[in-house]
Amino acid sequence: MATKLKRMASSTRSSFITYGMVIVAYAVMEALLSGGLLTSSLKGMLVPICAYVVMAVSLNLTVGIMGELSLGHAGFMSVGAFTAVIAAAALGSTVAGPVRLAASMAVGGVAAGLVSLIVVVPVLRLQGDYLAIVTLAFGEIIKNIINCVYVGLDGAGIHFGMKDAAALGLEADGKMLLQGPMGAVGIPKLSTLTAGFILMMLTLAVVLNFVHSRSGRAVMALRDNRIAAESVGISPTRYKMMAFVTSAVLAGLAGGLYAMNFSSILAKKFDFNTSILILVFVVLGGMGNIRGSIIAAAALTVLPELLRQFADYRMLVYAIVLILVMLFTNNPACKALFARFKFGSSARKEAV
Amino acid sequence: MFSKLVPIPSGAMIPDRDADKSPILECINLGVTFGGLKAVENFNLTIGRTEIAGLIGPNGAGKTTVFNLLTKVYQPTKGTILLDGKDTHGMNTIQVNRAGVARTFQNIRLFTNLSVEDNVKGGMNNAMHYNMWSGIFRLPGFWKEERVAHERAMELLSIFDMQDMASARAGSLPYGAQRRLEIVRALATNPGLLLLDEPAAGMNPSETAELMENIRKIRDTFQIAVLLIEHDMKLVMNICEGICVLNFGQIIAKGSPEDIQSNPTVIEAYLGKKKEA
Repeated sequence: MATKLKRMASSTRSSFITYGMVIVAYAVMEALLSGGLLTSSLKGMLVPICAYVVMAVSLNLTVGIMGELSLGHAGFMSVGAFTAVIAAAALGSTVAGPVRLAASMAVGGVAAGLVSLIVVVPVLRLQGDYLAIVTLAFGEIIKNIINCVYVGLDGAGIHFGMKDAAALGLEADGKMLLQGPMGAVGIPKLSTLTAGFILMMLTLAVVLNFVHSRSGRAVMALRDNRIAAESVGISPTRYKMMAFVTSAVLAGLAGGLYAMNFSSILAKKFDFNTSILILVFVVLGGMGNIRGSIIAAAALTVLPELLRQFADYRMLVYAIVLILVMLFTNNPACKALFARFKFGSSARKEAV
Repeated sequence: MFSKLVPIPSGAMIPDRDADKSPILECINLGVTFGGLKAVENFNLTIGRTEIAGLIGPNGAGKTTVFNLLTKVYQPTKGTILLDGKDTHGMNTIQVNRAGVARTFQNIRLFTNLSVEDNVKGGMNNAMHYNMWSGIFRLPGFWKEERVAHERAMELLSIFDMQDMASARAGSLPYGAQRRLEIVRALATNPGLLLLDEPAAGMNPSETAELMENIRKIRDTFQIAVLLIEHDMKLVMNICEGICVLNFGQIIAKGSPEDIQSNPTVIEAYLGKKKEA
């Protein structure tokens, strides 16, 4: 029984530290905001940081926990973002702000989940590099489809088209929501830091609880040894699908949050580079390390802003910092140092 | 009494105490070919409910291939496998496990990054029924089943006195403990037939002696059948009630340890033919 308490305590304690970190960060940011101590550029980054944290944590579910490299995570974010924008417009301004935001984000999440159900079919048949290429292609397909879609809203409801704005045949009072390559325009700015905070907490709860449950164990078992997992009756299809779709739904929610922080947004925003950026957060934070993903996402989103003084050399410095951090965190000596501070690690010492 | 679907092929190894029960496993003319190579051919084997049986043979004889056929890692190209009287034709690895076959691997395959306890709980996956939502929202089903699973995992680990290692990372265990953990994980699936692929490999004589005792203990406690592949003849001769010798994919001898030890064909397979003087 004693070992049980110790073990339960170590995994729940670790989770609580993660939650606590996010709560403290939120409290500090709220305090700084109300004190007017944040520069306007930093203020504008708060919601995107929340969105990227959610993206990183959810991608970690696919890459770290499931062990499959996905290069199309921004695709799900994109689906979530544009569906949420349409949903928000459809709901109209009569609905109270937070409810409207929550409802449209939920629609975005569901849409991303549905799309992932289509993607998951080829994805589950593949592994490793091949899976990565398929997800990459999927991300590009989403971007290109959204680039061609025209959506308008008028008294009669929502109109879809693939040709141009005029082809929708909107009534006089109608307005365009999505204008193909021009992206979504006239988005109500509903996202707030509080909404971002709630979404982060929700994501953490979902991912951490998933990992520490039967399903998460099965997913990790499949990652560690597929043949052995099958030999004890764990079905790869079922559990990988769970992880993949959950990850996509969370990305969709993040997309909704992200989009409604801007008045307009382009499909180009969610391209391959964004997928890679999120992957960088995950790799830098440590595969399977949820807390690391949060820190990496927040730090790397703020970093370019902090490097503004380097002017033209900003991205160069950013890259150098990234390389140094990667080298530092992968150094065996540093790893040993980190391990010493890791909670509940006494029993995890490596036997030689 | 259970009426046999097929007559037991000659050289059946069922011990007397299992004789009046239906066998847990029957292989009838089992065979597999890879390209033109007949890896296993005409493999007939019957194992009783609580029997400890051995599968031996020189390297490359096809012993592990037999295990892979039984667990459907490979689909047999010929023959039938009856598990508890039911044909396993068309089943996959997962379904065969659910039907009551669990195994360990020659080259250890643990869930290396999970804790020892989680490895065992992984084996219990199918015994648990709460769904993803109960897990995410921590509904009562989660707490109830996880508590039961934890207790059962500890109980199973106690067979090998491994409770203290429950929170250690499986990959960090010493070699012998990893082998034992694989057996515990297999037992966690609640099998009727346990397949052990070289359980004593890499163990020292005292560990092997302990393992021998534990295999017997497992059989007695869980009342299951054990089929093991092993090169340690002392272990095989000591604990197996029936032994099947494989060479070049064919059974060359079947019988009790005493029969096998004095069988000229077996001696020839292992030591080679005596030179004619």
